[in-house]
Amino acid sequence: MTTTPTLQVDDLQTHFFTKQGIAKAVDGISFTVDRGEVMGLVGESGCGKSVTGFSIIGLVDPPGEVVGGRILFKGEDLVGLDEERMRRLRGNRIAMIFQDPMMTLNPVLRIDTQMIETVLAHEPDVGREEARRRSRDVLGQVGIASADERLKAYPHQFSGGMRQRVAIAIALLNKPDVIIADEPTTALDVTIQGQILYEAQKLCRETGTALIWITHDLAVVAGLADKICVMYAGMMVEEGALNDVLDHPVHPYTVGLLGSVPSHNNRGQRLAQIPGMAPSLLNLPTGCPFKARCTRADGACEAAPEITQPVPGRDVRCFHPHMEAAQ
Amino acid sequence: MTVFIIRRLMQSVVVVLLMSFLVFGGVNLVGDPVEMMVSDEADQEERERVIRSMGLDKPWYAQYGYFVINALEGDLGKSFVYGEPALQIIVHHIPATFELALTALVMAIVIGIPLGVYAGLKNETKAAKVIMAGSILGFSLPTFWVGLMFIMVFAVMLGWLPSTGRGETVPFLGMQVSFFTMDGLRHLLLPALNLALFKISLVIRLSRAGTREAVHQDYIKFARAKGLSTRRVIFVHLMKNILIPVVTVLGLEFGALIAFSVVTETVFAWPGMGKLIIDSIQNLDRPVIVAYLMIIVIIFVIINLVVDVLYSILDPRVRLQDVKG
Repeated sequence: MTTTPTLQVDDLQTHFFTKQGIAKAVDGISFTVDRGEVMGLVGESGCGKSVTGFSIIGLVDPPGEVVGGRILFKGEDLVGLDEERMRRLRGNRIAMIFQDPMMTLNPVLRIDTQMIETVLAHEPDVGREEARRRSRDVLGQVGIASADERLKAYPHQFSGGMRQRVAIAIALLNKPDVIIADEPTTALDVTIQGQILYEAQKLCRETGTALIWITHDLAVVAGLADKICVMYAGMMVEEGALNDVLDHPVHPYTVGLLGSVPSHNNRGQRLAQIPGMAPSLLNLPTGCPFKARCTRADGACEAAPEITQPVPGRDVRCFHPHMEAAQ
Repeated sequence: MTVFIIRRLMQSVVVVLLMSFLVFGGVNLVGDPVEMMVSDEADQEERERVIRSMGLDKPWYAQYGYFVINALEGDLGKSFVYGEPALQIIVHHIPATFELALTALVMAIVIGIPLGVYAGLKNETKAAKVIMAGSILGFSLPTFWVGLMFIMVFAVMLGWLPSTGRGETVPFLGMQVSFFTMDGLRHLLLPALNLALFKISLVIRLSRAGTREAVHQDYIKFARAKGLSTRRVIFVHLMKNILIPVVTVLGLEFGALIAFSVVTETVFAWPGMGKLIIDSIQNLDRPVIVAYLMIIVIIFVIINLVVDVLYSILDPRVRLQDVKG
């Protein structure tokens, strides 16, 4: 008997039909996340990380549209699912946390209103009192003291870190199976970031929630994730278990990314950088999108690379992977 | 909150005092009431008697002093024309204007907000474009002309609604109002819509702009990500945010509705304050003019206060700052 993974994304394609042309924000992403697993979705700004998250939760606004692939949640395809069914999943089975905690909470509604409505939207029968009790408990879980009092406060009475805790608490309210966290610590200072990372990891382990952590910060992923998926220009370029990928990156882009992270091994040397800029999604080159910045590119890269498995358990989209490193 | 209201009330007193000075001075500049009061055949002695009886022989500061003292006792002078206390005449005309302005305000909210939010949400649809084009018409067509057109179409050509005057009234809370009779409502509809047209357009524009801005905010997306129904996202999360500017503007505009219902009241021969002030200006009926202006000032001050209080109820961020202040 094969078990169905909690979330399986299969060759997802989300395109934006703008006046300037079609922007292929996501163009071929595949990964799976299972119960209690944490996956880091990594890439530089504008490579389609957030759009991947919004595609999963079904909140891609026009002119964007999921045009291909499948998003299987416990075996059910979310692409083209009717809106009411999708609404029932949203915030209930699949929750999302946003990047900027200063913007995610409605400034004119009290915290209790914003939490209780999240419970009642999915379980109208539990009643306000029970919903309030649950909200209070979850606030306590994410480390907010005197939760009863805090429930009556408005968002502007909280600091950024506290607001993000509230947002995480809202995501946790209905004990979802998947949480998509879209750079939730980017706007916070490093101390708070550390606390939130630790708590997020702990909560996922305890509740068995699968976590997709979108970030451009490899250091965050290194301390948090079980597996890692690297994106470049809307495509998945490398996916695998965290330590395997960090120790032996195979795709030239991943190699470049890791090379540009300061560490003890390259102390005193100039930090490596990947030359050039990420291409515009409106005007992608034919073939491999990374070829212009890649030291290994040759004639073969004029064709679009397919996903291969040069190493067991590793998906890579490249004609010339760094096999020597993987040995 | 209490401190805030008391502070605002004290500011209001200063505003009212200052306005009383301006009104008194201004009215004194616009012509000699003695000419109005005394017949052409009256001799010098007769003139002097009238001047003395009105206190016009005293220096201006004494006149102002008497005016303020009397005003504090609720006496703004007797109308030259009607021979009744000016305040009483105004108060008698207030209900008619208030019900007209109130109906116009309700129309602006009930028609303007839904249309504006719709135009904001369905930005690209034809209906939205028709709404926005319509709002430009509402802005730019002159009130008196629209009023005349209403009369021509609905009263003269179709004969559906009466063209002038106020309908049957019934007493309500000590005032004569026409909300509760069919005849009253029929008379009210056209002038109220005429007066409301500009405000409806204003509210449409404001709520559309607010909606366009709010739908792209993270908190709206987050609300959707929580799995809330579209209805709740729009009517709670979106609406409460766009109401803040709408309430501010409408509050101030309500004062304007009362003060400047002059045109509509004249076109529809509506027996309200606006028509009264036009008549009084023509007759140089000084006490009525002064009383009218003072009452308008007080109405504006009260409305501003109410708007500030409402605003702080809607926007918790304002509330907190007031407590500190």
